[in-house]
Amino acid sequence: MDRRIVIATLMAGTALLAACKKEPPASLPPEPEPNVTATPTPTAPTGPVLGTQAHFEEAVNGKNVIYFDTDRYNIDSASAAALQTQAQYLMRYPNINVRVEGNTDERGTREYNLALGERRANAAKNYLVSLGVAANRITTISYGKERPVALGSNESAWAQNRRDVTVVVE
Amino acid sequence: MKPILLLFTATLALATAPLAAQETPKPSDRDLSSPAPEGGAVETVETARDDGGLSFTVTDESEWQDLGIAIPGFATDRDVPTQASSGGTAALGKSLAQVVYNDLKFNGLFKPVGPNSLPQPSYPEITAPSWPTWSNRSAEMLVEGYVRARGDGKLIVGCYLYDVQLQKELTRGGWVVPPADWRRAAHKCSDLVYSRLSGESPFFDSRIAYIAETGPKDHRVKRLAIMDSDGANHRFITNGRATALTPRYSPDYRQLLYLSYVDGNPRLYVYDIGTGRQHLVTQSSNPTFAPRWSPDGKWILYSMAIGGNTDIYRVSAQGGPSVRLTNAPGIDIGGSYSPDGTKIVFESDRSGNQQCYVMNADGSNQRRISFSGGRCATPEWSPRGDLIAFTRIAGNFNVAVMNTQGGGVRTLTSGWQDEAPTWSPNGRVIQFFRTERNSGRSSLWQVDLTGRNERRLPTPVDASDPAWGPILP
Repeated sequence: MDRRIVIATLMAGTALLAACKKEPPASLPPEPEPNVTATPTPTAPTGPVLGTQAHFEEAVNGKNVIYFDTDRYNIDSASAAALQTQAQYLMRYPNINVRVEGNTDERGTREYNLALGERRANAAKNYLVSLGVAANRITTISYGKERPVALGSNESAWAQNRRDVTVVVE
Repeated sequence: MKPILLLFTATLALATAPLAAQETPKPSDRDLSSPAPEGGAVETVETARDDGGLSFTVTDESEWQDLGIAIPGFATDRDVPTQASSGGTAALGKSLAQVVYNDLKFNGLFKPVGPNSLPQPSYPEITAPSWPTWSNRSAEMLVEGYVRARGDGKLIVGCYLYDVQLQKELTRGGWVVPPADWRRAAHKCSDLVYSRLSGESPFFDSRIAYIAETGPKDHRVKRLAIMDSDGANHRFITNGRATALTPRYSPDYRQLLYLSYVDGNPRLYVYDIGTGRQHLVTQSSNPTFAPRWSPDGKWILYSMAIGGNTDIYRVSAQGGPSVRLTNAPGIDIGGSYSPDGTKIVFESDRSGNQQCYVMNADGSNQRRISFSGGRCATPEWSPRGDLIAFTRIAGNFNVAVMNTQGGGVRTLTSGWQDEAPTWSPNGRVIQFFRTERNSGRSSLWQVDLTGRNERRLPTPVDASDPAWGPILP
């Protein structure tokens, strides 16, 4: 247990550092409480139920979302750390399947953005598979620029919208 | 905005409710409205005399740009009730002239004067104009017409173009239309006048498919919709339960290709306008985007992502196996046939960012044509064959044209995000959609090849992804 806490803390630190480098979204999740990631409590009567999105998000401490630079789809160190957290969860709960939803910012043409979102979703899927998650447990979908979460037309909003969201298939 | 939308919806529901109640839709049909009426063919009437007219084709744009055209109300022999107008054929005559006036005015090339500010000619005057009436108003051209109700309920519409100074008839046309298609007769008249005076091919008698948008930026409802080239006869095809994107009219107007998330994933469908049903373009678990018709309607181009890598494929419109046309790593997407069907211009980021490429229709001889700075996206080959319109991304997004070798780039618009050009049937006007910064609201715009005449096309709600069809059959 103790070693996991250390690893989780280190990964979180790396994620924040790396994220700062590329001007992170204003609403990045807060710094994690170290023991949340390490000790999921699925049977707690008031907590989220295993198999739900809420359980997953709590367990990975909001790291079910990764972000991309403009027109890029590579997994940077922050994304890698988040995907490692996701992979740990998926290895721990082998009956849970997920969908990776790729998204883009609004500053692209519609059809290209659909293809770009698909490429981003596949980049995350491939990374999860490289960490040992079975490929048939992960589906991908692209929403292109159709589903923004930040509504402004500025760099900060665009950075928040260039994202992959990992969702538990319930 | 809202009352207009309600009106359209209510009309739609009333007109087609019995049909919808009878059938249980397939899962893929569950986002579809009731079928739109197909509309009858327009019959051309032989005109009584043809004295050859004048050989009058003006090629210098500056000469006819300010041409004054008087368009008084069309006359009728007998004012009788018609399904086309609550006011009978006399009121319909005025409406016909108004449609012609709007067509020619918004085109930006003429200075027309409409029926509301002109005297109404009598029925006999249509073939024998009262010249002093028009020369005193300094009109250079005169469009007169008539409308008659035929015994079978159909309408006969005649249209005459006169040169007022020369006191000569330049051309004429006549059409028989069902009452519901009365506007088509007016567009035929506009096309006749436009073609005779400009020397260009017609384009008003055509339709546009597009995506109607409502709701906030993060919960946008996107519905497939169709309308005439002037925005009239608007209909929603889908209900908005699923996001619909990027429609394309088939060359015969019988089908629409578009993307829908109706089964949860981005998939391409062929929607049949007559039956109101749809089917998948191709059976695949992979996402498919960017559907396009070949000019003869026999082939469909689509783009499919496998493992994140998107390539362009071709399939027969009748179904069957697909042929992969591109295989470069990266995103190859879209595609627009040259009018003769031998070449395809498409978009690829194989060089590192979005650029335009041309290949033969079988996928051979792929070569980049855009080298003029910025990025090249959504290329569309002009129906005339001479130009390619595209979205030029250089800071802002703007509509530009280039020749088929990639040279002679001209940027035609100056919005913050102008995207997805689509050509008028005659290749003289480009329609596109404009997105507003921050609000994300979108609207349809038209610009001519000079870039000087730009105007917004009114739509009941916000609008994007326009696709202009050919001249109606």
